Amino acid sequence: MLCDLCGKNQATVHLTEIVDEQMTELHLCEECARQKSVQMEQQFGLADLLAGLAELGGKTAEEKEVSDKIKCPSCGLTYDDFKKIGRLGCSECYTSFKKYLLPLLKKIHGSARHLGKIPRVKAAAINSAPGASELEELRHKLQVAIGREEFEEAAFIRDQIKEMEKRGKNK
Amino acid sequence: MKIDDLLNHTSEWLKGTGPNSDIVISSRIRLARNLSGIPFPHRANKAQSQGVLSAVKEAVGKVDALKKAAVLEMQDMDNVDKLLLVERHLMSYEHAKVTDSKAVVVDPDEVVSIMINEEDHLRIQVMQSGFNLFETFNIVNKLDDALSEHLDFAFLSDLGYLTACPTNTGTGMRGSVMLHLPALVMTRQINRILAAITKLSFTTRGLYGEGTEASGNFFQISNQMALGHPEEEIMNNINGLIRQIIEQEEQGRQALIAQARSMLEDKIHRSLGTLESAHIITSQETIDLLSMLRLGCDLGIIKDITRRTINELFILTQPAHLQKIKNKKLTPQERDAERAQIVRDKLKSR
Repeated sequence: MLCDLCGKNQATVHLTEIVDEQMTELHLCEECARQKSVQMEQQFGLADLLAGLAELGGKTAEEKEVSDKIKCPSCGLTYDDFKKIGRLGCSECYTSFKKYLLPLLKKIHGSARHLGKIPRVKAAAINSAPGASELEELRHKLQVAIGREEFEEAAFIRDQIKEMEKRGKNK
Repeated sequence: MKIDDLLNHTSEWLKGTGPNSDIVISSRIRLARNLSGIPFPHRANKAQSQGVLSAVKEAVGKVDALKKAAVLEMQDMDNVDKLLLVERHLMSYEHAKVTDSKAVVVDPDEVVSIMINEEDHLRIQVMQSGFNLFETFNIVNKLDDALSEHLDFAFLSDLGYLTACPTNTGTGMRGSVMLHLPALVMTRQINRILAAITKLSFTTRGLYGEGTEASGNFFQISNQMALGHPEEEIMNNINGLIRQIIEQEEQGRQALIAQARSMLEDKIHRSLGTLESAHIITSQETIDLLSMLRLGCDLGIIKDITRRTINELFILTQPAHLQKIKNKKLTPQERDAERAQIVRDKLKSR
């Protein structure tokens, strides 16, 4: 039997993969099997690493149980889900899990305080430039409407933004 | 712009120009950005993802610097087209795997590309030939400013830009420099250097990014930290590190010339000989031999082949490019034969 991947060498390694309940069999030569195992290790690597780091959240078993159950009200992701997939669900998760995320961020980056760029529009809003912040707020509302799948509302806000941008240009 | 147009065009990063282009292939910076109020791509439903796609497309249309850019949606492309974009470093392999509500914005010079709905809603990437991090940063920074005038990016003043993966939180910035380090590999110093890089919170990857092994003496080095330092400081750190590696590689090359010139010349000319006469060649062997040829060209041992020709061969011999040139699906065996042919033809016509 020839290797399924390179089709050149004799297959000596036989793998069974189950993805989404679908079973596939792979017959590989030694070289391709070695490469595949490197790939798999790397894929597991990051998730494992993050999960390990994310454990920093709760120190005792009880605390851990409490932290695992915390759910982001915006997207429904639990801290336990996050530990499994290593990805946050939405920007609100940062606020929902803040207590547990801060030590994790510190571990990853050596710091948990942003010192870099601030979006220009937000910087302008901080300096309370009139108009700019109003438009900014509308854009935020538009995206929230998309997030909530309120598309009629979204279309209405989009028109408001267009109108406001037009006025801005004519000034 | 159509995908087929890319074939007759040399990507900016493959031009072989720019500072230190004998050792540095390209400088690349990408920013991860998300729209506030909408779940990150892996958690968004179809309608939300479509909402992101249309909002970003609309914003792109309003940015002057992106007037000529094409928005290529994954659902409109076949696998070869998608792989072609991966081979040209315009998008990630991950991005090509799932088609729903995903797109990539590409400018005709292939300097800018924006992946929509990859791991984050936006991955803004700018790539330049040679060692050019600061110019690259200026371009991507302006682009980010322009887009932020039309999109509300998820941002907290204490944590910075919010990303799906906490490794990108903060600046959302990753700067990567692609290096060609044959002398450090041949003199067996590379492992020592790679180990030191990791200790300094930088990562090394292969030619095609995350999860790929370094091959043919090519190494991609990027920052790991994204939070706690201003962008300029992160750039300065990468810049300083890369300078040191360039110096080490230069010393390695000089040492090889001084102590093992005939071995080096033999290796380079044999590589050229194989490339000129092979009738079947794998992509890995091609990369390894072209790497030697590039070194020969950099050291003046090979005089009648330009760096640009070698760079072009690197890309034209990749699987999707071969299939696009031949305009048909090729089996791996057929590709090995076509690849050898293209290399022979290109080297003959010099």
